Amino acid sequence: MIEHRPIVTFVSHLVLIFGVAIIAFPIWITFVASTHEAARMVQIPLPLLPGDQFFNNLELTLFKGLEGAGAPPVGFMMVNSLIMAMMIAVGKIAISLISAFAIVYFKFPFRMGFFWMIFITLMLPVEVRILPTFEVVANLGMLNTYWGLSVPLIASATATFMFRQVFLTIPDELLEAARIDGAGPMRFFVDILVPLSRTNIAALFVILFIYGWNQYLWPLLVTTDQSMYTVVMGIKQMLEAAEQSPDWHQIMMTSLLAMFPPVFVVIFMQRLFVRGLTETEK
Amino acid sequence: MLKRVHFEPSFLPFLLVAPQIIITVVFFIWPASQALYQSLLVEDAFGLSSEFVWFDNFIELFGDEHYLGAFQRTIFFSFSVAFLSMAFALTLAAMADRVIKGATTYRTFLIWPYAVAPVVSGALWVFMFDPTLGIFTYTLGVLGYEWNHKLNGGEAMFLVIIASAWKQVAYNFLFFLAAMQSIPKSLIEAAAIDGAGPTRRFFSIIFPLISPTTFFLMVINVVFAFFETFGIVHAVTQGGPAKATEILVYKVFNDGFIGLDLGGSAAQSVILMLIVISLTVIQFRYVEKKVDY
Repeated sequence: MIEHRPIVTFVSHLVLIFGVAIIAFPIWITFVASTHEAARMVQIPLPLLPGDQFFNNLELTLFKGLEGAGAPPVGFMMVNSLIMAMMIAVGKIAISLISAFAIVYFKFPFRMGFFWMIFITLMLPVEVRILPTFEVVANLGMLNTYWGLSVPLIASATATFMFRQVFLTIPDELLEAARIDGAGPMRFFVDILVPLSRTNIAALFVILFIYGWNQYLWPLLVTTDQSMYTVVMGIKQMLEAAEQSPDWHQIMMTSLLAMFPPVFVVIFMQRLFVRGLTETEK
Repeated sequence: MLKRVHFEPSFLPFLLVAPQIIITVVFFIWPASQALYQSLLVEDAFGLSSEFVWFDNFIELFGDEHYLGAFQRTIFFSFSVAFLSMAFALTLAAMADRVIKGATTYRTFLIWPYAVAPVVSGALWVFMFDPTLGIFTYTLGVLGYEWNHKLNGGEAMFLVIIASAWKQVAYNFLFFLAAMQSIPKSLIEAAAIDGAGPTRRFFSIIFPLISPTTFFLMVINVVFAFFETFGIVHAVTQGGPAKATEILVYKVFNDGFIGLDLGGSAAQSVILMLIVISLTVIQFRYVEKKVDY
């Protein structure tokens, strides 16, 4: 700190605590709602302090789901979400790693053409091309499959750019040394490049896992079969059912469960998360 | 761009870029060109035949008051979200930059909404503002204000803005704080020696120095509000009441999947693509220019 001004410091803390309170308030309310029984959640005013039904609600939501909402148990949907998120994160990293490797370490015809083709994907978020992409996926017979959920979201310019950047900082001497020792391209890639970019891969994984888990519009379009629903979509189904019978204790429990894995990742892998976020955006 | 040393030319690099290129062509370039092509067609009511009409769909769109209305709403919505979440995040970041004790703890508590899916954020806010049960509705009722975003368009807009801005504060906070912490301490100390107080230092030194970050975040927030808030609108208002919260991305979905107007929806997609492309170009131009301390 520059100078000693206890009052200013005190005010700073006060503002920060106030800010944290505003940001955390919705989650507190969600948590409180998930700890009460159905009967308490229709009495006005709603409670501000937690009740004792948390584990009952947790069990009910995870294994039975919201009856009448036309959605499978939440535990089941979370497994779908997990599979989709992992496929997207791992798939993106894998194809970006190898294409960045090719673009940086080889000289081949159309290299720049390929590079620009990948760059274009940056400009076409799924939201702006939903209808034709949906048609492609439908024609390929990929509706209601894990492939249909994940593959169209896998191409990624940002990840390719990031790995390209990382590879460019790796000294050329390493490649020369590897070649003198008789290592072929794949050997060099597996034994030198991948281990050297380990931290970047981990940081990117954190970001992409959150991205994959939170997908909404795309799963909404390509899944009509209940057995393929993801938890983030399931919430919408429940909100619709809530128009008739507001089972807020279960809906809020589902919200809590839906945000738990990505929030957990952010808080406990904070350094990787911050690193991933700043690297992919540059 | 390229290493001085390469591997021998071979077939291998083609195999390595193949997966990425195949996915890009099949799921990005092909659908995008389909959208371009369809935007120039008009289908009859049964989808049996279509006619090539050049730019009629676009002309029709820009003569359609619903579309122009959605455009205006989207702009208002995006800038409100950007302004609200950035102002809030900037204040908090300025405070967190000052305090030494607990800065990391505050950061932990402020960044996690980033991980909350837009639709979940929508669910939380719609619960708190539920017209019959919501906790804020109740509080407002006690204060003498009757809240019902299902009937009042302005209130519905307010709700989607809040739900979007809340989620985005985390991201903005992180970047503002990082930008402030990268300002050399000597600059701040020099200003302090010259007698500038904390407020003066913020407005005369810190704020101008972080202006590239501010600009960058402005673009990112507008992109977020344009394209990633579909889940929030879908969960909170479904574009209603009476289209009061129908933003462009929602309208593409609605016209294409519910209204089955392929040509119109494709033309809207093309316009959205142009918007993303220009925003991306702006963002990249910014990256070229860095301020020198």
